[in-house]
Amino acid sequence: MSEVIVITSGKGGVGKTTTTANIGVGLAQRGKSVVLIDTDTGLRNLDLLLGLENRIMYDLVDVTEGRIPYKKALVRHKKYESLFLLPTSQIKDKSAVNPAQLIVLCDELRKEYDYVIIDCPAGIEQGFKTAIAAADRAIVVTMPEVSAVRDADKIIGELGRAEKDNISLIVNRIRPQMVESGDMMDMSDIDDILAVKCIGQVPDDEMVVTSANRGEPLVGNPKSQAGRAYANIVGRILGEDIPFMEFEKEGLFKRLKKALGI
Amino acid sequence: MLDSLLKIFSKEKSGKVAKRRLQMVLIQDRASVSPEMMNQLRDDIIQVISKYMVINQSDMEITLENVDDSVALVANIPVQNMKHH
Ligand SMILES: Nc1ncnc2c1ncn2[C@@H]1O[C@H](COP(=O)(O)OP(=O)(O)OP(=O)(O)O)[C@@H](O)[C@H]1O
Ligand SMILES: [Mg+2]
Repeated sequence: MSEVIVITSGKGGVGKTTTTANIGVGLAQRGKSVVLIDTDTGLRNLDLLLGLENRIMYDLVDVTEGRIPYKKALVRHKKYESLFLLPTSQIKDKSAVNPAQLIVLCDELRKEYDYVIIDCPAGIEQGFKTAIAAADRAIVVTMPEVSAVRDADKIIGELGRAEKDNISLIVNRIRPQMVESGDMMDMSDIDDILAVKCIGQVPDDEMVVTSANRGEPLVGNPKSQAGRAYANIVGRILGEDIPFMEFEKEGLFKRLKKALGI
Repeated sequence: MLDSLLKIFSKEKSGKVAKRRLQMVLIQDRASVSPEMMNQLRDDIIQVISKYMVINQSDMEITLENVDDSVALVANIPVQNMKHH
């Protein structure tokens, strides 16, 4: 049975698109067929993170306005052949797609693919309402910072009002050193505040930036802590019971090396 | 050693401060209702109370207030007279 998942956050820049790309690639690595839909109209980004920016012919608005069948707009991933991207329009604005159109499209996609994952724009305006309309489940991405957690709470409230009750949480950009010294909220703090089931704890990791530079999501890369965290998230989405990992903290030696720039 | 001594004398850690502040602000966020809904509520209250009492509608006040760590609906409704059936 296929599932439509929306990745949302409220506050911008917390890692929705990064999460979408990694979950998409991770599910494809596990043999699932996946369509990623970028609904951040006017701010196209998911194509870049997947390394597909040069292969786009048509976009979501071409499909929802009925100019072309969706199959023609899907961009197949080079390496993971069961992964497809439906890119957003870079010229239209957020009102170019409405909730009803996305529901119709996702109902079509459900017949052919195991997972449809929707990358949502920041905010709670029309673009958000459109992005969540077709979803069976929502993943809220946040960071361990006051403003990001507050906005996550707001989004969880909005999802509830829209009768989207299957909600889980990913906490991104955790800095274990700061958590250890008490200068960053830890998971139990965020659990107490938001009371939503957590399916991922992703550390702040420089390799997220280098992998974005290359257009190659790092899910499953054993050298990256974030890569391992994303692989665990994918397992949990597939229903596996995976314990949360302990983050390696940078030892004194590594911090010293960094401080000295060697 | 020095580190742990410093810890004893330092202020509350910012992670805990963040949690405490968030818990307070979210009570307000979650309770916030639209002005339309407050007006609707006000009209409904007037209707119910008017079955039993004559009230001064223009002086009545209805607000949501934070009391400790919960939210209270506070209504101040001047009664002019009782209705006798
Ligand atoms: N775990 C991480 N470690 C380090 N950097 C990260 C991590 N997650 C995300 N970033 C960086 O944060 C930035 C924002 O990420 P991303 O674009 O995924 O956020 P977004 O929520 O989609 O933003 P927007 O609201 O603008 O759509 C990017 O530069 C990304 O590389
Ligand atoms: Mg984004």
